Amino acid sequence: MTDYNFAYLDEQTKRMIRRAILKGLAIPGYQVPFASREMPMPYGWGTGGIQVSAAVLTPEDRFKVIDQGADDTTNAVSIRTFFERTAGVKTTTATAEATVIQTRHRIPEAPLTEGQILVYQVPIPEPLRFLEPRESETRKMHSLEEYGLMHVKLYEDISRHGHIATSYAYPVKVEGRYVMDPSPIPKFDNPKLGDMAAIQLFGAGREQRIYALPPYTQVVSLDFEDHPFDPSRADHPCGLCGAEDSYLDEVIVDDAGGRMFVCSDTDYCSARQAAGHTGKDAA
Amino acid sequence: MTPLLSVQGITKRYGAHIGCADVSFDLYPGEVMGIVGESGSGKSTLLSCLAGHLTPDAGQVVFDTRADGPRDTVTMAEPERRMLGRTDWAFVHQHARDGLRMGVSAGGNVGERLMAVGARHYGDIRNKATDWLDRVEIDAARVDDRPTTFSGGMQQRLQIARNLVTGPRLVFMDEPTGGLDVSVQARLLDLLRGLVRDMGLSAIIVTHDLAVVRLLADRLMVMKSGHVVEAGLTDQVLDDPQHAYSQLLVSSVLQV
Repeated sequence: MTDYNFAYLDEQTKRMIRRAILKGLAIPGYQVPFASREMPMPYGWGTGGIQVSAAVLTPEDRFKVIDQGADDTTNAVSIRTFFERTAGVKTTTATAEATVIQTRHRIPEAPLTEGQILVYQVPIPEPLRFLEPRESETRKMHSLEEYGLMHVKLYEDISRHGHIATSYAYPVKVEGRYVMDPSPIPKFDNPKLGDMAAIQLFGAGREQRIYALPPYTQVVSLDFEDHPFDPSRADHPCGLCGAEDSYLDEVIVDDAGGRMFVCSDTDYCSARQAAGHTGKDAA
Repeated sequence: MTPLLSVQGITKRYGAHIGCADVSFDLYPGEVMGIVGESGSGKSTLLSCLAGHLTPDAGQVVFDTRADGPRDTVTMAEPERRMLGRTDWAFVHQHARDGLRMGVSAGGNVGERLMAVGARHYGDIRNKATDWLDRVEIDAARVDDRPTTFSGGMQQRLQIARNLVTGPRLVFMDEPTGGLDVSVQARLLDLLRGLVRDMGLSAIIVTHDLAVVRLLADRLMVMKSGHVVEAGLTDQVLDDPQHAYSQLLVSSVLQV
């Protein structure tokens, strides 16, 4: 523990990242460049989220990490251990108890409250990237608010699949201004982005961008008038806790076509089970 | 009558080298202007300056906007100029690949300009796209195919549809028939002539092909080494060229 500065990064770096975070909060949805550091893990493992978490953590915080909603997957376990060792902060798996939650690909089911910070790991922060490969051009499009191209992507979806088939990283418009990539969360989580009480911070380590949503920000998912946004969900209750309002993972359980649907948010599911709810597949 | 586009003293230098020098002309609504000249004579530089892709070193490009009347597009703010580029102006590139999104279906390509100016109804966008494919003689059944599966002539016609869908008033064309074989060229020219007449478009066509200007252009400018050496009615310039270079150009056309 004494071998590291608190939360691994040196104070100047944390200061630089905090400045980027403040700028991001001041301009919701705007991608702020920052000098991303080499972290002791590969890009793609959440280096952006970790740097943002390191910059906002204080010794009094309780830290929670989820990966695809789960507290016990590789990415979540390794990042949690990383901060236990380098910052010595208390960790938890309970959403309500945590003050800083780092997440990959999900927003927790339990509503977040004021005072909590949700940190997203972002692989590609630029929502227009796959439509317009030139960074110079996408920056110009953001600054001039030229977002017609984003609808071309949705148009292509409908013409090919008959409906908007984008199911994750679904583009949103923030406060009627910037179009933002909400990181690869399922579009089921998109409605939770808007009007959230917690602070939401997005860190992209490899791409060196930080953006943010301050509490109670207006976030609208893009759509067409005749093909409105639909936060889809598998049409099943959770097999373990019976929840009918949570995002589900489909799990193959045998080689004879057997499958079950379970909450992807493990904390939400186990809390419900502890409260006495059971699903049809509960052992 | 107010000219749609009034160009005054446009000059563009590349260091010591002259791109185009002191070019002035007026273009009236419904008029088609041809610019001819050899390679390197400054035709494309001039067109890029007029369309706002390059910033000229001197001169004015005054466009008669719908909302505010004549405005100098060189000193105009960039968002306004780009807005013009999506609405009242159209730019047809020589290579369709430069003007199309090759990874997006034909319908998406045509619909992009509509969506860029705020269309948000899928059904309407699609109907308009199929309507325009029909007008440029592309089978409506191919609306969901990507331009990569189209022939060169079809790509060029798709590019034209994509540009004309928002009902522009001024079309810039840079060698629209370059790289196409002669029968496809003839069909494209026929189509272009029909569209220009039907929609009452004004156009500026840059080409080295005198047949193209003979067919499409009302007026003609001949450029050489960045300067306009002769200008006048197309038939007049082509039938009775005055400048030595124009005479050379006209006499160089191969007769079959």
